[in-house]
Amino acid sequence: MSQEKIFVSGDEAVAYGARLARPHVVAAYPITPQTVVVERISEMVEDGSFATDFMHVESEHSAISAVMGASSVGARTFTATSSQGLAYMAEGLHYASGGRFPIVMMNANRSLALPWSIFGDLRDSLSLLDSGWIQVYVENAQEALDMTIQAYKIAEHQKVLTPFMVNLDGFILTHTYEEIMVPEQQKVDEFLPDFKTPNKMSPEEPKNLGFSTSPADNMEFKYQQHQAMLNSFKIIEETDKDFGNIFGRYYGGLLEGYRTDDAEAILVTVGSVTGTTRVVVDKLRKEGKKVGLIKLRYLRPFPKKELIEAIGQTTRVGVLDKDISFGYEGTIFTNVRSAISEMQNVESVNYVGGMGGRDISKSDIEFMFTDLLETSPAERKSNVQFINMGVETYE
Amino acid sequence: MNRPKVTTYKRPKHIDDYPTGPAYQAGHLPEKNAGWRTFKPVIDKDKCVNCLICYLVCPDGVIFKSENKVDIDYDFCKGCGVCANECNVDAIKMEKEEK
Repeated sequence: MSQEKIFVSGDEAVAYGARLARPHVVAAYPITPQTVVVERISEMVEDGSFATDFMHVESEHSAISAVMGASSVGARTFTATSSQGLAYMAEGLHYASGGRFPIVMMNANRSLALPWSIFGDLRDSLSLLDSGWIQVYVENAQEALDMTIQAYKIAEHQKVLTPFMVNLDGFILTHTYEEIMVPEQQKVDEFLPDFKTPNKMSPEEPKNLGFSTSPADNMEFKYQQHQAMLNSFKIIEETDKDFGNIFGRYYGGLLEGYRTDDAEAILVTVGSVTGTTRVVVDKLRKEGKKVGLIKLRYLRPFPKKELIEAIGQTTRVGVLDKDISFGYEGTIFTNVRSAISEMQNVESVNYVGGMGGRDISKSDIEFMFTDLLETSPAERKSNVQFINMGVETYE
Repeated sequence: MNRPKVTTYKRPKHIDDYPTGPAYQAGHLPEKNAGWRTFKPVIDKDKCVNCLICYLVCPDGVIFKSENKVDIDYDFCKGCGVCANECNVDAIKMEKEEK
């Protein structure tokens, strides 16, 4: 098995992944920090190495509309966006999932205005958790490339037929360079079957696409979407295992537990901050502190069963959210708490930080573990804690 | 006229009887649709010169050729009156619906 080794940014890794998946149509509008994806694909189309119809659309709303149209005639499609662009696509995101168009999209996680900021947090994609898209969050550029390929296999599965969003942290992943392995085209072709849709628009078999329903039928279509998302649990696991067998990289399926076996405290992380947390876990383990982490890879579908298994006997669980749902708590925390609500004696704490691109350092993470291990529930004023605030607050 | 025949809609019994997403084989017409008409167009076939302007302008495609003169499918005509307004020889009159 020979894979080419290259040194690229996360954005470039996604462009390589997209090229390997051979989408027939790419429609995307550039936005920082996703721009490099669009630029690289544009260059690949120009130099003849990427045989796709690349549509230079005038907005993100048009990008999602264009790939939906292409998907409806049976084309494999790709798009990419970030933040404001994703928000501008919001209408189309629901449309695409309702229409069961298995579009694959890369989203560079970036803060939403106002205040205007080009830097990273998860408030863009988390605000669209209910749009009916599968959402995966990657830790590094290699995983970004690999998931761009896996995404098609999962999204296009006949029991799933649901669009797929590959999320990577703006700048932290999109603009930093890593050495990554690029799978062979022939192997990817074998891994990824041709896209077939039951709803193909064609003159031979005319179809009425995207029709309206009365209240008598609408809920049934929504139920189908829910079932399709539930079906994806099994497909996600199988696809990740198959990918691991062929390409040598298995990511743990829906989530990955790291040094959780006898842990007294676990930090649940999403995205690139997982890498920093691994380092801190290793350091604290050396010091004899029993800590571990759970990297939540998928937020939709939400891996409730796997999360409960991974937490196991651990009673102190922290959730790191680069997000806040104003007036409540971090959205990942809400999801985790709901999933583990039937577990006895688990104390959970929400650490909110890293918003608008603020760094989450090793010492910040060490603080969270120490707080989990040493602060008793009675001592806590709130189980939602903003970390690394720059000023004094009323907390 | 190539309008498909009205067919009886069978309600699905199981969730799998539904199509995958809102997409289905074209050409199904489960019900007539003319209930909101208050005026109906009536063609005076003696006046009609068969120019087919009404056929061209009908927004619902309910005008069709019948025995060399145009006719109207009242099962789907919404009574908008565009045909009557556009008729060059005043062969179409809008008449108030009974009831």
